[in-house]
Amino acid sequence: MKRLKANHIVAGYDKKIIIDGIDITIPDNKISVIIGANACGKSTLLKTLARLIKPNSGELLLDGKKISEIPPKQLAQILGLLPQSPVVPEGITVADLVARGRFPYQSFLKGLSAKDYEAVEEALEIMGITDLANRCVDELSGGQRQRVWIAMALAQQTDILLLDEPTTYLDITYQVEILDLLTDLNRKRGTTIVMVLHDINLSARYADHIFALHKGKLVAQGAPSEIITEELIKKVFNLDCSVIKDPVSGSPFIVPKGRHHVKLNAS
Amino acid sequence: MIENNFSNIKAGYRRRKYRWMMVTLFLGVLTLALCISLLLMGNTIYPISVVIRVLMGEQIQGASFAIGTLRLPRMLAGLLVGIAFGMAGSTFQTILRNPLASPDIIGVTVGSSVGAMVCILLLKMSGTTVSVVAVISGLIVAALIYMLSKVGKFSGGKLILIGIGIQAMLKAVISFLLLRAPQHDVPAAYRWLSGSLNGIQMVSIPKLFFVVIFFGLIIILLGRHLRILELGEQSAITLGVRTDLVRLLLILSSVVLIAYATAITGPISFVAFLAGPIASKLVGMGAPSEFPAGLVGAILVLGADLIGQFAFSTRFPVGVITGILGAPYLIILLIRTNRTGGAV
Repeated sequence: MKRLKANHIVAGYDKKIIIDGIDITIPDNKISVIIGANACGKSTLLKTLARLIKPNSGELLLDGKKISEIPPKQLAQILGLLPQSPVVPEGITVADLVARGRFPYQSFLKGLSAKDYEAVEEALEIMGITDLANRCVDELSGGQRQRVWIAMALAQQTDILLLDEPTTYLDITYQVEILDLLTDLNRKRGTTIVMVLHDINLSARYADHIFALHKGKLVAQGAPSEIITEELIKKVFNLDCSVIKDPVSGSPFIVPKGRHHVKLNAS
Repeated sequence: MIENNFSNIKAGYRRRKYRWMMVTLFLGVLTLALCISLLLMGNTIYPISVVIRVLMGEQIQGASFAIGTLRLPRMLAGLLVGIAFGMAGSTFQTILRNPLASPDIIGVTVGSSVGAMVCILLLKMSGTTVSVVAVISGLIVAALIYMLSKVGKFSGGKLILIGIGIQAMLKAVISFLLLRAPQHDVPAAYRWLSGSLNGIQMVSIPKLFFVVIFFGLIIILLGRHLRILELGEQSAITLGVRTDLVRLLLILSSVVLIAYATAITGPISFVAFLAGPIASKLVGMGAPSEFPAGLVGAILVLGADLIGQFAFSTRFPVGVITGILGAPYLIILLIRTNRTGGAV
């Protein structure tokens, strides 16, 4: 059964419609990536799935139930999100921040349970930041900080994890590292991952399934090797390119064509 | 190795919890010490045995009046409004993520003052009615500031500036009221406006006590939600917090605390503003600081009252002392915010 589904979603901010009637079904236990040009609605779609934006019409279903009818804490045990720019409270330590991911499991007035400790420990371990546990988040580098946030989302122990541009502002080294860690998570725990990424080539390499958005509509979806073509890139990004085989992974790799530096015999 | 790391993480949690408890305990003891000193000291300094006998209900010539009628209500009022100002200020600062966003900086306190002034000077009312009107006018001003700062795109910095603007307007209203007031009411009004524990009677204490306990408890119980709200709106929703409801409850409780306390003692300046930052420095950043901030608020008010009463040859109202303490911090904070290009 497919757990997370959106039926004919229309959503946006104020009166401006950004997503215009999208039907999607998120493949379970897979890594899905939403791609598209700036302002195509990919982040809005992700936020709608994460219930941060109420859709104007259409319905969101989790296990066949309307998301708006599931109690927030119960939903938070199944569906997690790493926002694009979460706020770091001043002076907080890594371990304390990650422990806040346990909020949906905590009952009134009780402190951290043995299970909570275990979840925090495991999340730190997976993200490789156990050594940083008692350090202040303020002092960490961008890449380390991003790992802390993902660790917090992991401590939440959700089956589905949404991530809004988890690699933005990171050096290429850290981008690959984060995507590798997310792949580990998907393979080891079977966590369903849905993320928005800017880099098409990394998307094509790491995704099992790609959703391509253009002007608020879903224009293509499927395995990267099936859908990433020169025509699709032209349509979605308005960019001429050649699609070759990624020499490392064998996935499709796009090589953009600008107006300059194009060899005459290249095409 | 893993076992070792695990105990390391646990030790970290335990260490921070221990620090929180020790600091809170220390603040509690300091508060208690100040409470006791305020009962002992005055025109006549009584030994502690006499104070205890008076508190037990024994009638002692002179002491019963000085301690039971003058000092005890004054001390209790200072304690309770200090807690109210401290907790409310710290809650505002955390929700709006800005140390400048304290109710006494953004005009909520002045909002309650205007309500109270209208009652006292124009309508000649007193007692509970004044408190109720102060709470209502505080809520109205808070709602007004919030709605105005939502025009266009909401930001904490905008809210603070709008609050400062409204505050200026309301202060003009207060000046007008004072000009129009009968001559003999003016000194009392001025004393009230600068924040004073003078002349507080035992009758107003039980209601204040109930308000502080009830709304203070709401804030403490919602502390865990507040810690999640700190991570930003999106993270909070994702973690299952009903953000609008929690924020509304916290703001309402804070405004009631501030407004009710203001109606009793007048706006004791900078207590709400200072208590939160001092408390979170002491308990460690990232730890729950609402309750410790309440204790710091009480320490500031009681300590300032002790200084105002006994340190100089003339007596100063408590608000004058806290004003002298708070103003430099405000200036330092403004300089620092400006340097880092902060939200204001």
